Amino acid sequence: MQNFIQYTVDGLTLGSVYALIALGYTLVYGVLKLLNFAHGDVFMVGTFVGYGVLQELGGPMNPKVPIWLLITLVTLASMAVTAGLGVVIERFAYRPLRDAPRIAPLISALGVSFFLSNSMQLLFGATPRNYDLFEYHGGSLYLRGLHIAGVTVPLLRIITIVAAFVLMVILWFLVNKTRTGKAMRATSYDREAAAMMGIDIDRVIVFTFILGSALAGAAGVMFALRVPTNVSIGFIAGLKGFIAAVVGGIGSIPGAMLGGLVLGFAESYVQGYVPNGTQWSDLYVFSGLVLLMIFRHQGLLGRPDIRKV
Amino acid sequence: MSDSTPHGFHSTGAEGPAVGQDEWVARHAERRIMQGGPLGKVEDRVRAVPWWAWLILFVGLFCLFPLVETGGYVREVAFNTVLYMLLALGLNIVVGWGGLLDLGYVAFYGIGAYVYALLDSPHYHHHFPTIVSIVIVVIVGALAGFLLGLPSWRLTGDYLAIVTLFFLQLFQTVTTNWQHVTGGPFGILNVDPFGLDKHHQLATQHNGVFAVSYLYVALGIFVLVYVALRMVNNSRTGRAWRSLREDPLAAEAMGMPVNWLKLLSFASGAAVAALTGSLYAALYGNVFPLTFYFVTLITIYTMVILGGSGNQAGVVLGALIVSPLLEVLRDSGKSRIMFFVALVAGLALFSRRSPRIAIVAAATLVFGFVVHAICSAINGSWVAGEHHGGFAGFVDHWVVAPDQMARWIAPASYVGVICIALVVALLSGWKRLALLVPTLYLAAFVWENVMLSKPEPARYIVLGVILIVLMILRPNGLLGERRVEIV
Repeated sequence: MQNFIQYTVDGLTLGSVYALIALGYTLVYGVLKLLNFAHGDVFMVGTFVGYGVLQELGGPMNPKVPIWLLITLVTLASMAVTAGLGVVIERFAYRPLRDAPRIAPLISALGVSFFLSNSMQLLFGATPRNYDLFEYHGGSLYLRGLHIAGVTVPLLRIITIVAAFVLMVILWFLVNKTRTGKAMRATSYDREAAAMMGIDIDRVIVFTFILGSALAGAAGVMFALRVPTNVSIGFIAGLKGFIAAVVGGIGSIPGAMLGGLVLGFAESYVQGYVPNGTQWSDLYVFSGLVLLMIFRHQGLLGRPDIRKV
Repeated sequence: MSDSTPHGFHSTGAEGPAVGQDEWVARHAERRIMQGGPLGKVEDRVRAVPWWAWLILFVGLFCLFPLVETGGYVREVAFNTVLYMLLALGLNIVVGWGGLLDLGYVAFYGIGAYVYALLDSPHYHHHFPTIVSIVIVVIVGALAGFLLGLPSWRLTGDYLAIVTLFFLQLFQTVTTNWQHVTGGPFGILNVDPFGLDKHHQLATQHNGVFAVSYLYVALGIFVLVYVALRMVNNSRTGRAWRSLREDPLAAEAMGMPVNWLKLLSFASGAAVAALTGSLYAALYGNVFPLTFYFVTLITIYTMVILGGSGNQAGVVLGALIVSPLLEVLRDSGKSRIMFFVALVAGLALFSRRSPRIAIVAAATLVFGFVVHAICSAINGSWVAGEHHGGFAGFVDHWVVAPDQMARWIAPASYVGVICIALVVALLSGWKRLALLVPTLYLAAFVWENVMLSKPEPARYIVLGVILIVLMILRPNGLLGERRVEIV
């Protein structure tokens, strides 16, 4: 029972990070019908920005500001930088290819991903960076927390889960309750018709990239709070976010959230209960996903696309 | 050497399009030749020579190459280039002809290498004759390609790209973790070279240098694959693939077995990759999982895109450019020269379009000397990292090379040069030209002070930039046909 709670909390934390990454994929796919392969590397840049700001503010040992402000500032800085990065990528790597054959922006995205990860390696080297929040007050962020049935849920986990939840609520509000959100939904429904109704498509797309990339930056910080980060993390993190988006149904926002959680739980339970699960969890996850894609490729919550001829 | 579009209108000339050719397409093709730019004229001349003459000339030159160059390293680079040429030919089947984005392609390369290594190594104490193991490798590769192709029955476009990417990740997971069979991250060592049996083997080293016989074996395989693929491309199947690429729905409506065509293209691409993998394993004698990963994938993609996806001669040319380029960029002395050659060549190419580029080049030269003089006057240590003599010495009298850089300079100048280059791309007219001068100088500064000392990421950054810029400026690559979009 204790193990079960432990794995569930792990899954929830992991799942909320995956969900945030998946939202970025889903938002962009919804509006542009483009798989943004560079998204994972935007996430990676986010983890590094967070690390840099953390060090600037004095590091976890003796921070210059209270801890809650520290984490908030680190997250906000990372979100701001990745949002800017997303806008630049869209403007220079995707916009010129908007009317090109569909394979063209995909290849351009591969190039961006490769460019970003190697640029980061050039500038900061391949050594892993650890946020090391255990250093703060003798590990109080890890040792203190909520007690459930004899298991301590660390404070840091709670912060991550709550922050992810808050971000998702904000996103839901932006997409469903604001004018720009309405324009976004219209664009994703039918881009040409939306343009004819007077919606500035370029602005909507830029806004989408800002949202998606900022979420990736936040996810990056939350991820790096748990485990050390390095420059090649973008590929695998992107892949996981991608899976989450596809499981939930790419293009569907609640789908991405659900998909992230499903993936997080699946990974956590497989690693916990299946023998040799840690090594092989990728195998199970990927095989499950391929099966899902073959038999229900619109995902759990997506709507099947109707091809018009 | 054209592959993908009919050129019948050459022979019919002024009478109009050839039989079975759309008038609009013909006019488009004619316009392309009229305004092909500097490359267009070269292309026309090249087309007049039959393809087999080119192939013979090319292979002949390649065979003579080891006579001129005796160094083992250069010969090995040549061998690697042939491997890449084969890989590019294979990827061209799937991406260029079939129009399917296969991101799991290098997994087949890996499967070929691993299967060969399992059949001919002390790992399981099997030592099959090369002929047998190569046949098995090709069959296994084709079967794996067939299996990966199966999801393409139901998935299209982006979804297919993801499934293939997962396949690559799956390959990595299996090879890294299934230690009994694949040796895990430590790989399989002491793989046999090619040979009839255990006692008649083709040595990979001759007097301690790379044995040139492998280069000839690889070239032989290359010629076989090239000719075979060319024949396939000119057959019914080849035409069906191209129609599949242009419009799968229309192809299906015309009664083509779309699903089987996709499987066939996956399987043939995979077979070529697996064959290449066995060559790799036989020469290098060991296989590790990470050889067959994202970096190799992007390298092959860059070759195919640069050469012109869909054009056989083009992708070979792409491999011929990119593979030595990556080697040159490993060495700081050579890559310094490379950078300035590329810079001057780029300026020369653009100066045909606008003579004002020549002014920019001159201004940059002057700008550099001025900045260098100012910096050395202010503080001697700013230019203390200089070389003396040779090309490097000359460059260092132009580019500022500090002895020791503050930690923030490298990231700031790198990010700065990217930002300023992007701004240049947005501007136009004299503003762009004026801004180009400091951009070029800053680029030289970054190359000299930041990138030269770290060749490993630097050369891959170059690949990434090539991919992005090509997709935007010339998606058809060097020799590929511009896609005719009929709306």
